[in-house]
Amino acid sequence: MKTIQGKFVAEPERFEFSAAPMHQFELQRRDFFKILGAGIAVFVVAKEALAAQETAPGSPSFHNEEPPREISSWLHVGEDGTVTGFTGKAEMGQNIRTSISQTIADELRVPFESVRLVMADTTLTPFDAGTFGSRTTPTMTPQFRRVAEAARNLLIGVAAKEWNVAPEGLVAADAKVADPSSNRSLTYGELARGKSLAQNLPAEDPVTPATEWKVAGKPLPKVEGRAFVTGSHQYTSDIRLKGMLYGKVLRPPSFGATLTSYDDSAAKAMSGVTVVRGGDFVGVAAPSAHEAQKAIDSIRTQWKEMPQVSSKEIFSYLIKNAEPTSNERFRHEEGSAEQGLSSAAHRLDATYNVAYIAHAPLEPRAAVAQWADGKLTVWTGTQRPFANRDELASIFHIPESSVRVIVPDTGAAYGGKHTSDAAIEAARLAHTAGKPVKVVWTREEEFTWAYFRPAGVIEVKSGVAADGRLTAWEFHNYHSGMSGIETPYDVANQLTQYHQVPLVLRSGSYRGLAATANHFARETHMDALARLVKMDQLEFRMKNLSDARMRAVLEAATKSFGWPRKKTQEGQGFGLACGFEKGSYVATCAELAVDRSSGNARVVRVAEAFECGAIVNPDGLRNQVVGAIIQGLGGALFEAIEFENGRIKNPHFATYRVPRFRDVPEIEAILLDRKDIPSAGAGETPIMAIAPAAGNAFFDATGTRLNDLPLVSNGLRAA
Amino acid sequence: MAKLMEIEVNGKRYAVNYPPDTPLLHVLRDELGLTGTKYGCGEGQCGACTVLLGGAPRRSCQIPVSAVAAKPITTIEGLEKEGKLHPVQQAFLDAGAFQCAYCTSGMVMSSVGLLQTNANPKQEEIVQFLQGNICRCGTYPRIIEAVKHAAKLMQGSAR
Repeated sequence: MKTIQGKFVAEPERFEFSAAPMHQFELQRRDFFKILGAGIAVFVVAKEALAAQETAPGSPSFHNEEPPREISSWLHVGEDGTVTGFTGKAEMGQNIRTSISQTIADELRVPFESVRLVMADTTLTPFDAGTFGSRTTPTMTPQFRRVAEAARNLLIGVAAKEWNVAPEGLVAADAKVADPSSNRSLTYGELARGKSLAQNLPAEDPVTPATEWKVAGKPLPKVEGRAFVTGSHQYTSDIRLKGMLYGKVLRPPSFGATLTSYDDSAAKAMSGVTVVRGGDFVGVAAPSAHEAQKAIDSIRTQWKEMPQVSSKEIFSYLIKNAEPTSNERFRHEEGSAEQGLSSAAHRLDATYNVAYIAHAPLEPRAAVAQWADGKLTVWTGTQRPFANRDELASIFHIPESSVRVIVPDTGAAYGGKHTSDAAIEAARLAHTAGKPVKVVWTREEEFTWAYFRPAGVIEVKSGVAADGRLTAWEFHNYHSGMSGIETPYDVANQLTQYHQVPLVLRSGSYRGLAATANHFARETHMDALARLVKMDQLEFRMKNLSDARMRAVLEAATKSFGWPRKKTQEGQGFGLACGFEKGSYVATCAELAVDRSSGNARVVRVAEAFECGAIVNPDGLRNQVVGAIIQGLGGALFEAIEFENGRIKNPHFATYRVPRFRDVPEIEAILLDRKDIPSAGAGETPIMAIAPAAGNAFFDATGTRLNDLPLVSNGLRAA
Repeated sequence: MAKLMEIEVNGKRYAVNYPPDTPLLHVLRDELGLTGTKYGCGEGQCGACTVLLGGAPRRSCQIPVSAVAAKPITTIEGLEKEGKLHPVQQAFLDAGAFQCAYCTSGMVMSSVGLLQTNANPKQEEIVQFLQGNICRCGTYPRIIEAVKHAAKLMQGSAR
């Protein structure tokens, strides 16, 4: 058996890679007023911005370097009082357009409705490494607070000069600066008129504490919600340019297949069709989507395929093929796990397997590319517009300044849209065709040629004292990744290690990355240990936990759920899990019902407590938490990519089951608002405890321990 | 071979020249520019492309354009009347029943179809009717709330 390593770029956890080069600040700034007109502008140079980008532990290639300085947010107050914020982050449904606008309105003291946000446009917005890792809220919130505060102070300064008074006595509120001593006031628009004032500022200025927020912290509705319910919002796949062609790319029959014979004469004979072949790329552009499809179907090809690892044998393959250098990626040791294990009153060892799953965002990968005068503009739904720009520049041998990547608010990503595939394809076709080209991947392409959340194997060895205190914890993750790998429990003797394995399928980021796999293994194991020492699951966890924030979410979730619950019917079970990742805490209780005659297992009720510091928008946060629970149920219960010899065997919604209406349990989301703690992101962590909670509930219901994800397709027959 | 056909969409008649087996979805999006109707799977599995055909919700990716000549089609763009949102659209907005909102058009059209035949659906009836519509962001509970809210708005305005 072979893998096709080398064919694909290794990208298990993207944010281990350091970010793109420093931006040309002065150039950008000169153009700034040209684009926006006169006014007041503030730029923030945030020294810590990139340092904070990194959360994965132990990546020496990054930690030993001085993080580059990054200009990450701009703000402009126009002569008409319009406030425009600029950020390289992209909106993909996580609702940051709304939450960032709230932060700006709050700090600048303007109505929410007057704030406009320009996002993810490599020409108009400051450099950003990408929208991932739950970094938007923790980085953008303080930065925009600082720029907004600076802009407010500039406006106060202009008013003070105008009135020839001291700025200290002036008050900014409702988009005006007022002088209470003389009852005078001027609007921000009036103050900005005819000015071209710009300021840079360091990132350490104080900001308004969460307890004094007026616009932030409120459950405001999604910005431009009306455009979405009327269908008028233009996603990438909706863009139509004058003279635009439709592109299609020829896909090999299996991963790594090489072309051995090729005949495109029929396609070339079709009217209006451009065929492009270069290296292993074959694509067509045609006046309509169906003509493009017809042209691609008419190309006669033969391929050389090779045998590859299949889903049936993937887990043993991962263990056997771990790289010997793996301990350089992540290894954490305290005390002696060996001694802790030998002195334990009880030992429990287990192995956990986690399948490959797909993101399957409802808007497939798409891009529209247009060339003019040697310059390239691409609209595409990507989480990394600047990386896309750099890749395009490198592929077409043009300067980065000749490429503009624009990200329209996108039909979701969940970590699945880091790459530039569709952008490159559209740009390539447009380059030869001499007209704009749109490429929209089919669902089958999306399931096959995107990338997956990596499969993994996790081995746990543990020891526990007679009183329920953990004495030893040894945790080995093969391949799936390092997020959430470290135990939050107090244990003196521990060894945690990540073992890298060459890629089998193209793999990359996913909402929460490996945190779901690592929490599934850890929290399933904790459940089994609690039973081994005959303790209640909550009591056992609390006995081994000193982290007050973790204890608080556990208390909140179990209180809402009514833990411990007495079973009232056959096939009923209750499970609990908790975790910490990316600055936020989660605890999840699940009730599961197993119907032994039909073999169906269904999660019927969930109570999840979540805490991410000060809440910026409670309605948006609740939407994220509930959505994450539901999406997480898919990977927990039934989602799995099946593959054999380089072919995906279930690349359709008919064969790859995702959560639907019927799968939705009753959900209580308990949001703990910690106004004393800086806001963390919330897009990922709420997803990671539902799988172990459901698995633990399955054991409670049936007495059968399921150590594999997904639970039901791998384990139900055993019940 | 392309064939000239006439179809009625949102009360307007259009002459379209397409091979008869072309999915209605492509004609709506690429020819008429009605891009509110979305491509999600092309297999009738996700509901993103739902339109009303003669008042009933149908997957436009599964209907050949030649099959719709006799029946009026309503797309998401045809729901708003004189600047006023359809109650289902208003209810989705009020409930914040979306995240990325790519499924929203299809969800709204399916819900309009449901409420036309069942003015006051029970939770289980909503679940059953919308089972073919996927929201990958997991906003299902809010969509159910929106449908219930829309039913109330529509009963209120009918009175």
